[in-house]
Amino acid sequence: MTKVNRRTLLAGGAAAAAGTTLGAPMIWAQNIKDVTLRQFGTGVSNLNEVAQKVKEDLGFTLEMTALDSDSVTQRAATQPNSFDIADIEYWICKKVWPTGNLQPMDTSKIKNYDKIVGIFRNGLLTPESTIAQGTAPHTVGFTSGPEGTDFVAEESGWMTLIPTIYNADTLGIRPDLINRPISNWHELLNPEFKGKASILDISSIGIMDMAMVVESMGEYTYPDKGNMTKEEIDLTIGIFTEAKKNGQFRAFWKSFDESVNLMASGEVVIQSMWSPAITAVKSKGIPCVYQPLEEGYRSWGGGIGLSASLTGLERDAAYEYINWYLDGWVGGFLMRQGYYSAVPETSKNYMSENEWGYWFEGKEATDTITSPFGDPLANAGEVRDGGSFYDRMGSVACWNAVMDENQYMVRKWNEFIAA
Amino acid sequence: MEKLLRNKAISGWLMAAPLTLVLAFFLVLPIVLIVVVSFWRATEFSIIPAFVWENYEFLFGSSVTYQVFLNTFKYAAITWALTLVIGFTVAYFLAFHVRTQTWQIALFLLCTIPFWTSNIIRMISWIPFLGRNGIANSTLISWGVIDEPLEWLLFSDFAVILAFVHLYTLFMVVPIFNTMMRIDKSLIEAARDAGASGVQILWNVIIPLTKPGIMIGTIFVVTLVMGDFITVRFMSGSQSANVGRLISNDIALLAYPSAAATAVVLLLTVLIVIGILLRFVDIRREL
Repeated sequence: MTKVNRRTLLAGGAAAAAGTTLGAPMIWAQNIKDVTLRQFGTGVSNLNEVAQKVKEDLGFTLEMTALDSDSVTQRAATQPNSFDIADIEYWICKKVWPTGNLQPMDTSKIKNYDKIVGIFRNGLLTPESTIAQGTAPHTVGFTSGPEGTDFVAEESGWMTLIPTIYNADTLGIRPDLINRPISNWHELLNPEFKGKASILDISSIGIMDMAMVVESMGEYTYPDKGNMTKEEIDLTIGIFTEAKKNGQFRAFWKSFDESVNLMASGEVVIQSMWSPAITAVKSKGIPCVYQPLEEGYRSWGGGIGLSASLTGLERDAAYEYINWYLDGWVGGFLMRQGYYSAVPETSKNYMSENEWGYWFEGKEATDTITSPFGDPLANAGEVRDGGSFYDRMGSVACWNAVMDENQYMVRKWNEFIAA
Repeated sequence: MEKLLRNKAISGWLMAAPLTLVLAFFLVLPIVLIVVVSFWRATEFSIIPAFVWENYEFLFGSSVTYQVFLNTFKYAAITWALTLVIGFTVAYFLAFHVRTQTWQIALFLLCTIPFWTSNIIRMISWIPFLGRNGIANSTLISWGVIDEPLEWLLFSDFAVILAFVHLYTLFMVVPIFNTMMRIDKSLIEAARDAGASGVQILWNVIIPLTKPGIMIGTIFVVTLVMGDFITVRFMSGSQSANVGRLISNDIALLAYPSAAATAVVLLLTVLIVIGILLRFVDIRREL
């Protein structure tokens, strides 16, 4: 029985898949319409609008599957033949890349490579920036060559992921129910909000929010929040377990919708939150602020990776797709939801001056700002929470990360949930 | 061929074969696989066939496991007690107080109406009802019963058990009602003629005769509650854990061997519980 091994099964599947794709003829224009690329990733950028636009602009079909971060990691690591394009975060890339399930991408084929923001190339937003803790995207963004399964520090010409989307996350609050300014991460554990706070139950991200809080409380200063020792993990989770036992938390959330419901219903007034969730609460007419905090943001970045089994016409189509992705339409679409595009200057062409001013430059809106789906988000005269791109991305304190002690952390996290 | 079939032993085996095969394939084999996998090793991405005890060592070495099992038993016991009282009362009313069969069937169907929707929907609809600004709290406040909203209504053990009782009471009603309907009415008349009071009839005649129904209902409720994970996750706002949630967390993190080990322990626990229950009543004899 023990000889039935998932690996051998997968290898068999790989051989079968290679057999069918290698034979594909290379007559681009005629066959492109028959190409179907299967993309999967977290919900943030797996949008049907993108798939529709791909069909219109490029002619081929993009099938999208949205999963949660854990499932995405699992699938990228264990089922390389179940997808052509992986839309994953950089910390997931750190876990998945060494498995060899993704193939390095030749940056000379990427038209707008030179315009990609510094964060994804040398790690520096501006020449004076310092690099934040955690898994900064540029540290896992390049590999040594076309066969590389390692990471290299310099811009080697072979990228692991082509960056597409990123943002700076912070706490969301209900200003109408709090009635005072909030300016530090430690407010999450302030007894004033007993029974009205929440944190997300996704260990790899939750632990970073916890670390921001612990540091803000003055309990401990981490040498590297993104790579804690066992003692640091015990300390961090210990503080939160105690708070949990004292009834600080109303609930924990795992999916985007849960965080929206908790906030909109007033069950929770302060919690870790994602940018579009704030937008969703606001579009119900309920005040909600993505509160900039003194200690800075917890940031994340995502990109597109190609399955190792992608070859021939399909791979050409995928490069075409990536070039189209960085060409601005998607960037504008994402930026109008509050994310940032890897090549902001191309997105500008697809945004109105008012939108560009509000979302990117942190200027007052001159007219109503609406989401790409038509919901009004801000009125004339309002400014974006946190200000301009350089203000927000310039005060990143740490990046979402995966630690060396990841398995230990996950066990401790489970204990925290069960405590 | 005909001669072979006339052989009683062989035809007996043949007739039993389809069911045996189905059970072997869909019940025994999956369980055997779970047991086998529970001895494997896992790294973050791969599962390695092996024969190691580390999954069990970790499971029994962690205080969380005991807490979580205790919690699971707590949910099962409280839910069992409440569903039993409610289920028995409902079945008793249907069987002995409703006179005509038409009404019995009509009212019984009424009990099943909630089952026409998915249990996830039935469960989630409690959330807006019980919330801080939900219907329950705002009604109580407008009646002047309370001044401040009750926080423990939602995302608490109360909410979890409420949802369990709501979801699973019918599993108690049906088997109890079924056994009650088969009680010979003349036994009750005889008891009354012999001078027994209503309470005595209930205690000495009806309850002993409904035991098999109670036991079947108990098995349903206990196994359903012990195996659940989604109700606990939603109704406690992810703040409480039972064994099912341990398993689902492990699966989410690709730790299949560890999930399998937990599942094996849970399976054994449930089997032991059922074994104990069957000591009290011999269901096969009573049915």
